[in-house]
Amino acid sequence: MTAVRCIDLCRTYYQGDQAIKALDHVNLEIEEGGFVCLSAPSGGGKTTLLNAIGGLDRPDKGEVWIAGQRIDNLSKGELAKLRLHQIGFVFQAFNLIPVLTARENVEFVMQIQGVPAYKRGEQAKAILAEVGLQGLEDQRPADMSGGQQQRVAVARAIVSRPALVLADEPTANLDSHNADELMELFVELNQHHNTTFIIATHDQRVMAYAKRLIGMLDGRIVDDIQQQGA
Amino acid sequence: MRQLQILATLAWRNLWRNHRRTIIMISAITIGVWAMIFMTALMRGMVNDMLRDGIQTLPGHVQIHHPAFRDDPSVNNLIPATRTALDGIFGDKGFEARASRVRVPAVITSERESRGVTLFGIDPVAEARITFVADDIAEGRNLEDEADSGIVIGRKLAEKLDTRLGKRVVLMSQDPDNEIADRGFRIVGIFDSDLDSNEETFVFAGRTTIQRMLGIGDRVTEVVFLAADYENVEPLYKRVSELAGPDVDVEPWYELDRYLSSMLKVMDGFVLVWIVVVFLALSFGLVNTLVMAVFERIREIGLMLALGMRPANILGQIVVESLLLLVIGLALGNAFAWMTVLPLKDGIDISSVAEGMEMMGASSVLYPDLQIRDVIMANIVVLALGFLASLSPAWRASRYQPVEAITKV
Repeated sequence: MTAVRCIDLCRTYYQGDQAIKALDHVNLEIEEGGFVCLSAPSGGGKTTLLNAIGGLDRPDKGEVWIAGQRIDNLSKGELAKLRLHQIGFVFQAFNLIPVLTARENVEFVMQIQGVPAYKRGEQAKAILAEVGLQGLEDQRPADMSGGQQQRVAVARAIVSRPALVLADEPTANLDSHNADELMELFVELNQHHNTTFIIATHDQRVMAYAKRLIGMLDGRIVDDIQQQGA
Repeated sequence: MRQLQILATLAWRNLWRNHRRTIIMISAITIGVWAMIFMTALMRGMVNDMLRDGIQTLPGHVQIHHPAFRDDPSVNNLIPATRTALDGIFGDKGFEARASRVRVPAVITSERESRGVTLFGIDPVAEARITFVADDIAEGRNLEDEADSGIVIGRKLAEKLDTRLGKRVVLMSQDPDNEIADRGFRIVGIFDSDLDSNEETFVFAGRTTIQRMLGIGDRVTEVVFLAADYENVEPLYKRVSELAGPDVDVEPWYELDRYLSSMLKVMDGFVLVWIVVVFLALSFGLVNTLVMAVFERIREIGLMLALGMRPANILGQIVVESLLLLVIGLALGNAFAWMTVLPLKDGIDISSVAEGMEMMGASSVLYPDLQIRDVIMANIVVLALGFLASLSPAWRASRYQPVEAITKV
C-alpha cells in the first residue's frame, strides 16, 4: 500500500522580488514500511517536501496523499488531527517542550489524543526504555545531552505508533556515536513495526541506512535509488 | 478535561520560567487588587457613615404621612388616625423601632433674634434608636419624656439666637385653624450635629407639649419605622404598607431623601469605575507580560502545533496562563485587603481632615466597610477584563503557522 504520494507538487518562496522554487513539479510515491532518505544540499527542497508531506506547509500546486487520504486541501484543524494521529515528527533542534520532563514530553501527544493517564504512563515508560532512556524519565531537556534529547523526541514520535515518521536532519546536532545509535533505532522500529520513515539529511552516514535514497536539487527530484543491503 | 490538564500544567510551568517577571506581575496585580478592595472599603465606610447619619438624623427607614404632607408639611396635614389608634395598628408587631412625631414649621424667638425652624414634637424614649439627638447632647440634657416642657436646640441655632442653656425662648406656629399657636420653653439641652444645617434648623420638644400647643389632640404628622439594615428596607416597607392602609402615604428612606439614595447609587457606580480604572492600569502590564511570554516561545508553540495541538488549545494555554496570574494576584490581593481592613475595624481617626468631611456629613472616625459584593465585583471585573486582555496575545499565538514558528529565530 502507498504510504505517501505527491503529485506535481510546487512551492515557491519569495525573498523580496526574487522567487525561489523550493518544490518544482515533484512527483513521489513511497510504499508503506519504506525507509527513505531525502538528500539535497541546503536549499535543495528536502525540508519543504517534508513539511508538505507532514501537513505543516501547503503546496502552491499539486496534491499530497497520506495513506490514501488527500491532505493538501484539509483545514487547519483537520491537518492538526492528521498530524496528531498518523504522523510522528523528529526535528533537527528545539524538539522538546522545555518545561516538561522526558516522560511528560513523550506523554504529550498521547495526552492530546485523549489517552487515559494510566495507559500513557505505561506506554511512555516502555518507549523510553526502548530508546535506552530508562532512569531518565523525570529529567527535563535542559538536564539531558543532545543525543538523549533526540531519543526523547524519537520516543515521542513513535509512542502512539504512527504509520509515518518524518525526521528533518535528526542527526545534525549529534556526534557520530549518537547518530549511529539513533539510526539503528530508526531501522529497528522500521523493521519491527513496519513504520514508514522519511528522513531529510545531507549526512552520508545517515544515507547509508536508507533502503531508498532520493536526491533533490533546486526543488526537483534528480535521483531515486534503491539501495541494496541497507 | 485531559486537554485542560495539560494546558494547566504547561501554563503553570511556563509562568515560572521567568520567575522575576512573573513575581513582578503578580505583585502588581496583588497591589492593584488590594487598592481596589481597600479603597472601596474606605469609600464605602465613608458613604455608609454619611448615609447612617443622614438616616438617623430623622427620616428612619420608612415613614407614614398624610398624602399631602410632603407637599405641605404643616399641621393641616395630620395623619387621620390618632396616635393611640396608630399604636393599635402597629403595636406589638415586632418592629425594630417605631416613633410617632409632630413635625411642623415654626419660628423660634429669643430675646434678641428670631429664626425659622422645623419643630419636632417627639417621644424621646421611642426616638432613642431613631433620632440622633439623644447621642449628640453637648450641653444640658435630652428631653426626658413626651410631656417634657423643655426644648432642645442645636448649637448653631443657639449662637444665631444669641441665647444659651437655661434661657427661655418662644416657639410660634399655626394651629389647624390657621391661628397663631405659641408657647414659651426653657432650653434644657443643646445638641451638636455633623451637619451645621441640622443644628440651625431642628428644634425638639415633648410630643404632648407640642400637641397641646397646636391644639391637635392626640394626632401626629408622621410615624417613623426602623429596619435592621438601611440597605434592606423592602420587607419593612411592604409590611408597613399592608398595615397602614390606603389613607396614608408610606415611603422608604430612599424616596424621602433622594440625595441620600442617589449617594448610594453614585457610590456603586464609582466603585465600578474605580475598579475598572485600576484594572486598566494593570492590564498594560498583563498584556505586555503575555506578549513577551508568547514571543519567547514561538518555536515551542510551532512545535506543539506541528505535533497536532489545535490552535484553540494554544489559545487556551495562553488564556489559562493569564488566568493563573490573575487568580494568584487576586488571592493575595484579597488576603492583603482583609488583613489591612480587619485591624481597622474600630475606625480610623481622620480628625486632621475631618472638618471638610463633616461638611459632607461624615464623622471624624472612618470605619472601613468591606462588603462581600464589592470584593466579588472586584474579583469578577479583574477576571473578566483579564480574560479579555489576554485574548489578543493568545489569538496571535494560535494563528502561527507551525512551519514558520518552528523556524523563527
